Amino acid sequence: MQFSIGKYLKSTTEAAPLAVFRLFFGLMMFASILRFWLNGWIEKLYITPKFFFSYYGFEWVKPFGEFTYLLFALCGISALMVAAGFKYRFSIIIFFLSFTYIELMDKTTYLNHYYFISILSFLMIFLPANVYFSVDAFRNPAKAFQKIPAWCIDAIKLLLAIVYFYAGLAKLNSDWLFRAMPLKIWLPSKYDLPILGDLIQQEWLHYAFSWSGMLYDLFIPFLLLWKRTRLAAFIMVIVFHVLTRVLFPIGMFPYIMIVSALIFFSPKVHHFILNKISAWFKISKSKFDTSKVYEFQGLQKKITLSVVSLFFVIQLLFPWRYLLYPGELFWTEEGYRFSWRVMLMEKAGYAQFKIVDGETGNRFYVNNSDFLTPFQEKQMSFQPDFILQYAQFLADHFEKDGHQNIEVYVENYVALNGRKSVPYLNPRVNLLNFADSFKHKTFILPFQDEIKGF
Amino acid sequence: MIKFSRFLLIFALIIASCSSEDDGTDGGDTGGNETASFDRGAMLANWADNIIVPSFDNFQSSTQSLQGLSEAFVASPSLATLEALRSQYKEAYLDFQTVSMFQSGKAEELNFRSFLNTYPVNTTGVDAKLASGDFNLALPSSYAEQGFPALDYLLYGLGSDEETLQQFSENEIYSDYLTAVTARINMLTSEVTASWNGDYRDTFVNNTSSSSTGSVDRFTNDYVMYFEKILRSGKIGYPAGAFTGTPSPGNAEALYATGLSKSLYLQAVNSFEAFYVGDHFNGGGTGLSFYQYLQYMETMKDGASLSDLIGEQLSAVKSQSSALDQDLQNQVEIDNTTMLAAFDELQKAVILLKVDMMQALSISVDYVDSDGD
Repeated sequence: MQFSIGKYLKSTTEAAPLAVFRLFFGLMMFASILRFWLNGWIEKLYITPKFFFSYYGFEWVKPFGEFTYLLFALCGISALMVAAGFKYRFSIIIFFLSFTYIELMDKTTYLNHYYFISILSFLMIFLPANVYFSVDAFRNPAKAFQKIPAWCIDAIKLLLAIVYFYAGLAKLNSDWLFRAMPLKIWLPSKYDLPILGDLIQQEWLHYAFSWSGMLYDLFIPFLLLWKRTRLAAFIMVIVFHVLTRVLFPIGMFPYIMIVSALIFFSPKVHHFILNKISAWFKISKSKFDTSKVYEFQGLQKKITLSVVSLFFVIQLLFPWRYLLYPGELFWTEEGYRFSWRVMLMEKAGYAQFKIVDGETGNRFYVNNSDFLTPFQEKQMSFQPDFILQYAQFLADHFEKDGHQNIEVYVENYVALNGRKSVPYLNPRVNLLNFADSFKHKTFILPFQDEIKGF
Repeated sequence: MIKFSRFLLIFALIIASCSSEDDGTDGGDTGGNETASFDRGAMLANWADNIIVPSFDNFQSSTQSLQGLSEAFVASPSLATLEALRSQYKEAYLDFQTVSMFQSGKAEELNFRSFLNTYPVNTTGVDAKLASGDFNLALPSSYAEQGFPALDYLLYGLGSDEETLQQFSENEIYSDYLTAVTARINMLTSEVTASWNGDYRDTFVNNTSSSSTGSVDRFTNDYVMYFEKILRSGKIGYPAGAFTGTPSPGNAEALYATGLSKSLYLQAVNSFEAFYVGDHFNGGGTGLSFYQYLQYMETMKDGASLSDLIGEQLSAVKSQSSALDQDLQNQVEIDNTTMLAAFDELQKAVILLKVDMMQALSISVDYVDSDGD
């Protein structure tokens, strides 16, 4: 095997697919930041709230008030620089850091898509995406190469394949396949869609969408890899993602995935795309066609290969961490995030916090809207780690107000995938007795049903 | 190949553009269609035509008489005119409970509910204005100095009948303030009623969009919020001290007109329930509402019938209320446990409405419009 891996790492391919990927990725990211800004979401999500839910270990990551706009500006500009391939290594690092910082500011807004962008931009730090069709290569012919190691392109394919395949595995559960949940709740509510409106009221269609979604996610990476099915698979990618865009509020993500899937096509297609762009913008593409081969050297090669290998080992293992926790994953959400579990749950909750004076027994209830935005309150109400952090915040707040011997209790009801709401956290435990950690949270009441599968 | 990709691009753009215009578009009447789908447009029409508009029409005539009787009273203050006014005050306050939950359109724009029923009344504020003779009821800062709580104070809170009559006979400013309060109640009500009888009815009914700005989403959010904040917290929770642990009987509704507050509470629960099942305001039938909508959604689901659970819980709220004193302030003072028991029953209904019903109908809480996965 040693032999074939060595040989694989030496094999080279055209740099054009990676250059196209870099160009579209940068433009799409710029558009996403711009859209976020124009929708007023920076204000709404990162400036208005008085309190932010931190990721464990990242409590120091906070918005900067009005200066948060600068952070988004930095992120947007670096995305454009990535697109242009201008000072690429620097700009992709800035993009990765600023984008990741934004996502870490408040886990209320967690989306798998954002996590995907973060890790993809991390991976791109190590890829020579600027050696072809870039400002860097244009300005310095010594840095211009037409060919790169084949693994650099395969790395992006592999990441996309992991996202799809793991998302497919996660759909192999009884709620998704045999109860058509949560699509059965979500689809009928889109009754006003043209043409589809009446159709999506039909039960058989909910099952059809559930099953085809599962099959699509599991098999699309392979269909894209195999040359004979590639074009058909790409059409499926377009249909699937456009359909999800129509049915659900998922912003830019479908377009990002459609464009990303181009990476599976042969260099010929990418040269065709670049020729078109060159013609439109009167760029002489031939300047980049140097036939030179980019090679990683010495220590740089060692570091790059080790980081990228480690990155993929983590990516492959991390989604399985939920197996280390007892209880139903959908119920406890311990190990739920960062695992490509997309659209699997319709979950809603109600959490009423009670502040008790442990000495006198005096108590009062908290009005959550005094501290949280409606969006934060919604997300908090069914996620134990949010509830713990919020309980701690409430204790600190009321201590400053002069309350003593504070204990915090929560009356909490959660409904999952159309099941009737039931008590979620133990209402009799003082939440302040628990610090947030990666350990199992024992105060989550057991799930009273069973969901089979991954 | 080129042509084909161009075709794909156009196809993608067309579908994507359909999806982005999800605001305010007309889903059209699909009534009469053979599919078994639930007709949200018909539900909105039932809400507007058979419940909301008749409720406002009825309340409007009530506030009209209220204003008339207050003018008659100040013109010739006597025990007879005072009693006539008081009795119309009670009637109008009860009628207000049938429209208080309808906070969309004009009512929202005018802060109708806040102007008509912010309690407890700020007696210090009212007294100061009566002393200075200078007042402007249009200011939001004067919420707690007008509406029904201010009437309650003016008609029942100034002392004995004789003392009350004396105040109004001797001080013109009392008469001015009283008529200003009833005139303002009537003016705001006629504005809201007129808008429902005018263009707003169609705006409301035609906005069948499934987005968070559609009528169903917005109305449902307001309706559930009303139950939680106005009905549960306002009428029961605050006086019982459910949030603070310290009972505050002074927070009860209709503090001065002894024995009215429970009737107001029951009227509110009854109106809420009637709306839930779609009962026409003027009797004579039932149309589509949340109960039927939930039943439709449940035909596809296994498990308990949420539509019935909510109905049963609202019945439980009503049957618990038979243990309550006619006067809720009195109830808090003599036995707050019964009051807290009422709160607990209401609380169970809040969870069913806010968690289960909103989930079953796939309505997002309070117009959260960020992206999803």
